Amino acid sequence: MSIEGKVALVTGASRGIGRATAYALGKMGAIVVGTATSESGAENISQGLAEEGYKGKGYVLNVTSQDSVDSVVKAITEEFGAPLIVINNAGITKDNLLMRMKEDEWDSVIDTNLKSVYRVSKATIRGMTKARWGRIVNISSVVATMGNMGQSNYAAAKAGLEGFTRAMAREVASRNITVNAVAPGFIATDMTHALPEEQHNMLLTQIPLARLGQPEEIANAVAFLASEGASYISGETLQVNGGMNMR
Amino acid sequence: MSTIEERVKKIVSEQLGVKDEEITNASSFVDDLGADSLDTVELVMALEEEFETEIPDEEAEKITTVQEAIDYVVSHQ
Repeated sequence: MSIEGKVALVTGASRGIGRATAYALGKMGAIVVGTATSESGAENISQGLAEEGYKGKGYVLNVTSQDSVDSVVKAITEEFGAPLIVINNAGITKDNLLMRMKEDEWDSVIDTNLKSVYRVSKATIRGMTKARWGRIVNISSVVATMGNMGQSNYAAAKAGLEGFTRAMAREVASRNITVNAVAPGFIATDMTHALPEEQHNMLLTQIPLARLGQPEEIANAVAFLASEGASYISGETLQVNGGMNMR
Repeated sequence: MSTIEERVKKIVSEQLGVKDEEITNASSFVDDLGADSLDTVELVMALEEEFETEIPDEEAEKITTVQEAIDYVVSHQ
């Protein structure tokens, strides 16, 4: 059973890892629905997919609202069919040392990066159990296992996401649905571009491959876990980080 | 037009993958028809779709047999 013609939902697909993942799934023949928080972002996704020659379109989605998630999943199901491949990628950072971290910085990162995974997974799992086939890939981070200064909120959300991945994998395994995570290291995206140069250079010394990863290098791992080739892998977190977190 | 009883039994049959003749009104989903916890949740969701109703969790927990499902649907028409 290939993913050709299956509907794939990728949250946060207007740039970075999400966009690269949307294209990778499109290349494999999936109908790709990418989401963004703004109309212009959604239009860019539609346009980008069309330019690459892939099926699908962009939708506006606010992952911090269950109503938004429910209505978008309903709209996708009516237009294309139930999403059987879900990539929970949308995420934000609000870095601060714990001593200075405000409650809203904590809450918004947990809500956008972790609770969103609950919302989107819950809204889409019914379609997968009905189809007796499904793939969920949650985008974690190397920070979930290594920690990082100034990212107690982000690390907590990503570590939580990995636990969620294993629990959900057990719950739905009997329906031939796999749930996995990919934990990127430092990837050349807008998110890491925001890092100060000093921290950037220091990071490179910790990466055996001595460079940042490209979004496509994460997308390849996600696409593999979404493919039929990964049918016996579930509850796993695949580390894609240039060797910086070997265990 | 099928009766409520027939529609409930059809859903039970499809959802749990058991033959019609194995299903009686007294059948317990878990004890007699081999449903696991995920099956029972899916069954309730299928009933909700078929009868266009929402079954609250506390009510859903009480639906453990075919007859209880029929009774619920009849009393919430």
